[in-house]
Amino acid sequence: MKPTSDVVISGWGSYIPLYRITVEEIARIWGKSSRHFRDDLLIDEKAVAGMDEDVATIAVEASKNALSRAKISPKELGAVFVGSESKPYAVKPTGSIVAEAIGATPRVLSADMEFACKAGTECLQCSIGLVGSGMINYGLAIGADTAQGAPADPLEFSAGCGGTALIVGQKEKVKEPVALLEGSVSYVTDTPDFWRRPKQDYPSHAEAFTGEPAYFAHIISSTKMLLDELSLKPSDFKYAVFHQPNGKFPIRAARSLGFKKEQVEAGLLVPYIGNLYAGSSVTGFSAVLDIASPGDRVLVASFGSGAGSDAFSFLVDDGVMSKRDVAPTVMDYIKRKQNIDYAIYTKFRKKIVF
Amino acid sequence: MSVPRYWREIPGRTRLEAQKCSKCGHVIYPERLRCDKCGGVLLEPYTLPEKGKLLTFSIVRSPPSNFVKMAPFVLGIVELEDGTRITTQITDIPVNDVSIGMSLEAVFRKISEDGDSGIIQYAMKFRPAFR
Repeated sequence: MKPTSDVVISGWGSYIPLYRITVEEIARIWGKSSRHFRDDLLIDEKAVAGMDEDVATIAVEASKNALSRAKISPKELGAVFVGSESKPYAVKPTGSIVAEAIGATPRVLSADMEFACKAGTECLQCSIGLVGSGMINYGLAIGADTAQGAPADPLEFSAGCGGTALIVGQKEKVKEPVALLEGSVSYVTDTPDFWRRPKQDYPSHAEAFTGEPAYFAHIISSTKMLLDELSLKPSDFKYAVFHQPNGKFPIRAARSLGFKKEQVEAGLLVPYIGNLYAGSSVTGFSAVLDIASPGDRVLVASFGSGAGSDAFSFLVDDGVMSKRDVAPTVMDYIKRKQNIDYAIYTKFRKKIVF
Repeated sequence: MSVPRYWREIPGRTRLEAQKCSKCGHVIYPERLRCDKCGGVLLEPYTLPEKGKLLTFSIVRSPPSNFVKMAPFVLGIVELEDGTRITTQITDIPVNDVSIGMSLEAVFRKISEDGDSGIIQYAMKFRPAFR
């Protein structure tokens, strides 16, 4: 897919909460070994939202960072989309909370998107469509989650918190473009690998079924489709960001597509902060923009259970250099951390009910 | 807090929107009908700076019922870069590490939840400046 007018990334920003819990600390509580999570899945620790944080607060801080880098007024935003599977309200948009808090209201389109871990890139696809068609000048696409993992479930070791905001604009109207969108694809099937029914606190999953028929089939197919449509090959990219439920899956997907580990490493954040779900692939992209140089080509491929994958190709432009230092980088947030024990974790994640 | 009151106060609570008296220049926060210094009624919109220093604080260990799950937390008076002083929660720091004079920055956070079925209230808190 390609919009009729060229679309660029105008600003980017992320937010990772302060708190971390190690896989050893979670394993200690449940009498499990942390070896599988640390050595096989490459997860050291995960980010945990504090008592006063949720997807709305994460989205607001990421959006403010993106607005600082875009160097635009929030009133110039024509759309604010929030993609998440951990909405603060079951009924009431997170998007309106975010749009109001950043000062984008009232002349703005806003909605919440849900497609498990690819909700963030769904927001990006929709923003690209609105900007590329000329309906709006700028769109704000946010992917953020405070992901749920049931106690003792393997997901409890990886489900992290954080998110990223991307502002897209029309190429001819953006003064310092960060990256040009070369094209995108979406690949969707009905594959029930992971779900959460109404009134359930935690998601369920089909164990190993989340691998081959879900994650690998969709993310590899979308990436192949994109490469075919743009007549590109893996060696044309400096960086590749794949959705990262753990460290093993994106590296394996990259290898099977012909990408090298070095292309994936810069955007591979799961060892430090866990799986950010809807914020995962977009935060990996944000970390790449934090270090990329003009002329670098970046592949971004999300995966959302249920199941689908969006893939994008971006060509980094000069604006990445002038805008980088305006806001904290992903690594600034990763380095700013405070480790907590499982007792504090249960308090923060509302596992203590009274 | 009632839903209408929370809704009315969103600009001040979440975007630090205040007023400045066009007669004496005094900054008014939260919003009032008259200047609390000179009584002037010509008040212009003014946005408070998002950085400041901690003037004084108290650790709250026995909070009102809506804040019990957040305890312990720090309530402080922050002097912003323009000299305005506001009362606010201090977050993202162990309560025993808070110290007078520390540099702080504003951050959008959840203040309280009106039970399991009521609204979630957001506002600006302050955290240690890290960059």
